[in-house]
Amino acid sequence: MAETVVFSRPQALAAVQTHYCPGCTHGVIHRMVAEVIDELGLRARTVGIAPVGCSVLAYNYFAMDFHEASHGRAPAVATGIKRARPDLIVFTYQGDGDLASIGMAEIVHCANRGEKVTVVFVNNAIYGMTGGQMAPTTMPGQVATTCPLGRDVEQAGHPIRVVEMISTLRTPAFVARASVHTPLYAVNAKEMLRRAFRYQKDGTCFSLVEVLSTCPTNWGMPPAEATRWLEKTMMPYYPLGVFKTPERGDRAPRPLAPEEAVCRTM
Amino acid sequence: MAKKLMKGCEAIGEAAIHAGCKLFFGYPITPQNEIPEYMSHRLPQVGGTFVQAESEVAASNMLYGASGSGERVLTSSSSPGISLMMEAVSYLAGSELPVVIVNIMRAGPGLGGILPSQSDYFQATKGGGHGDYRLLVLAPWSVQEAADLVQDAFDLADFYRNPVMVLGDGLIGQMMEPVEFGAERVPCKLLAPKTWAATGCDGSRPTNIVNSLFLDPEVLEQHNIKLKAKYDRMVRDEVRFAEYFTDEPYDLLLVAYGTVARVCSTAIEDLREQGVKAGLIRPVSLFPFPYAAVRAAAAKAKAVLVVELSSGQMIEDVQLALRGAKPVYFKGRQGGMLISPDEVAESIREVLAGKAAEVVNG
Amino acid sequence: MQNDVIMAGFGGQGVLLIGKMLAYAGMREGKEVSWLPSYGPEMRGGTANCTVVISDRPVGSPVVQHPRAVLALNLPSLDKFESSVKPGGVLLINSSLINRDSQRDDITVVKVPANEIANELSNSRGANMVALGAYLGATHAVSLAVVEGVVRETFAAKPKLVDVNLEALHRGYELGEQVARKGEPR
Repeated sequence: MAETVVFSRPQALAAVQTHYCPGCTHGVIHRMVAEVIDELGLRARTVGIAPVGCSVLAYNYFAMDFHEASHGRAPAVATGIKRARPDLIVFTYQGDGDLASIGMAEIVHCANRGEKVTVVFVNNAIYGMTGGQMAPTTMPGQVATTCPLGRDVEQAGHPIRVVEMISTLRTPAFVARASVHTPLYAVNAKEMLRRAFRYQKDGTCFSLVEVLSTCPTNWGMPPAEATRWLEKTMMPYYPLGVFKTPERGDRAPRPLAPEEAVCRTM
Repeated sequence: MAKKLMKGCEAIGEAAIHAGCKLFFGYPITPQNEIPEYMSHRLPQVGGTFVQAESEVAASNMLYGASGSGERVLTSSSSPGISLMMEAVSYLAGSELPVVIVNIMRAGPGLGGILPSQSDYFQATKGGGHGDYRLLVLAPWSVQEAADLVQDAFDLADFYRNPVMVLGDGLIGQMMEPVEFGAERVPCKLLAPKTWAATGCDGSRPTNIVNSLFLDPEVLEQHNIKLKAKYDRMVRDEVRFAEYFTDEPYDLLLVAYGTVARVCSTAIEDLREQGVKAGLIRPVSLFPFPYAAVRAAAAKAKAVLVVELSSGQMIEDVQLALRGAKPVYFKGRQGGMLISPDEVAESIREVLAGKAAEVVNG
Repeated sequence: MQNDVIMAGFGGQGVLLIGKMLAYAGMREGKEVSWLPSYGPEMRGGTANCTVVISDRPVGSPVVQHPRAVLALNLPSLDKFESSVKPGGVLLINSSLINRDSQRDDITVVKVPANEIANELSNSRGANMVALGAYLGATHAVSLAVVEGVVRETFAAKPKLVDVNLEALHRGYELGEQVARKGEPR
């Protein structure tokens, strides 16, 4: 009797071990991205861009052509690739330090130009690779190696809500936030990723999915506790959901008056 | 094809298109805005793409993505913008990506001014970005040569898989001269297909990774050694220079590049009529620098005069070339001030009369 | 054989345009040419200028400190460039807007009432063409016929302007030739 395969490594994922810490959700997110790419049949024409941060070696973990970008510039590299080869499916995979701090200009303008690329933004509220420094998304009061007494909002301001901010732009098509800290949430996260890649496949527009993630190592807590902390501390501040879709048509905010929307270049 | 009167910036843009460049990414800065402006209307006509980036930082990383996809791509900027691109330049060199970067130099440091200068010589030839890398650097002295060198730059970039910089000054960018583009362009190098480009992998080959990260020091050292071997090949094969007034005897050898060399040639010509004998050597490739040629040309002179629109940058390469064999003198203008043939002629006279101060290091 | 000229005036008087036309014409004659716009400290003070070099051999310095001719369309330009004219050279003064004479006695001075002539021809914006014509008449830097061709091309999109500008060019040319023929030192 022939065996039935019920679970296997996605083709888009390389057959290697990752360097990620126990309890880190990068592995889950990598796998879901790979599954979505396989399911949409995009692997042979997908090019990814790895960031600087914990996922700097992502090019070793995905079985596809990849670029390794400099810190924060992945959306600019993605722009270059997509403009050079519009037939390719292009995605960046970026953390919060990479995207929301040093690369803020690149992500905002990539989104605002409506580059037809997909951004997977992993927010774990800390700099992981460099050893637990404060990130732009670090929670108020959260301890990090560069804010040993906890993030002081008087000094460092409040954490940046990337999805909300990108949603204020008129151009981007699909902007959503998800989480993978429990299986049920992960199912929803995969659906968000699927939509993001499908919109690109259909040539719609820029899509971004923020995925909340845990970092037990740098948060200094066991994985189970980290999961609870994410739910209790991060989720109220970073609400999950779909913030913009192309179907909705209405890409608020609108210009002040309808005639403002008319191209003024003439 | 007939000659066309073109502004240097526009000729540079047209030359890129002639060389098969389909993409331009850039950010406005004076005095090179005519290049992005030209490309923004010209590229769509040939099925290409122009993107005005949010910064030079982004533009240079767009270059990275487009080049990694196997396409010919150009950016241009002027000194402060080039500084912002230096991060990407280092990554481009490390990832061995062919791109062409045009720097229409203006005076610095800092915001400086918008007028012509040659004060980015060190940045272009000695580094600028971090790490052990080299750029091929070509310096045109006329609009026609700018057009020719930009086309060669694309071939050289592809051949060596290395960024190539075309280093001009504000005069090259702004002045108009006749330009001719050959009907049929023959690449100056025999070029291989870009099998290394990240263009999507269907499993018929190993995946292509465009990358400059090598965490294992032994692997990185091997990468560095490979790069060095490439730079050595450039040094062996890509030296370019031109000599003027060196067929007849000369007492003084001038060394100058770019438009300054033209000013020098006029000065020398004027003085020849008065019996003052000087020759001129003009480095066209600044990296690799024509050390041997400068040394050989200097052997026939009593002394060497270096003329630059800077406080003296190329002079260090001239000194390296001469290794103390001849006394070296310097004439420079800075801040965007131009140098006139009369000023150069005066410097020549001073040096030959023993009235100028020799440049001594250390 | 080289001809070089600095053409200077207020922004809007069209000196950059006639400079380009001159360079075009030189190129058409098979000469080596360069056109360099105000690009230096001299651009301060609201004046525009360009340097045009026309030569039998490759152009050396595109920057010319002592041009063989200066065309001054306004007073600031005359003040700035009068002293730079090479001895024996030509100084063209737009006498419509400049109410002083040249202090030089080692050059040929051509006074051209460019704006008045242009107005006579009901072509008030053609003063620059009159000036270009005068320069050509005084120096024969390039042949009039070639410049006529360039004028036709330049205004091809506005045919009405071709004849009036050719007329302005010719009036200037006659004037320039007349003065230069008087045998002043050149």
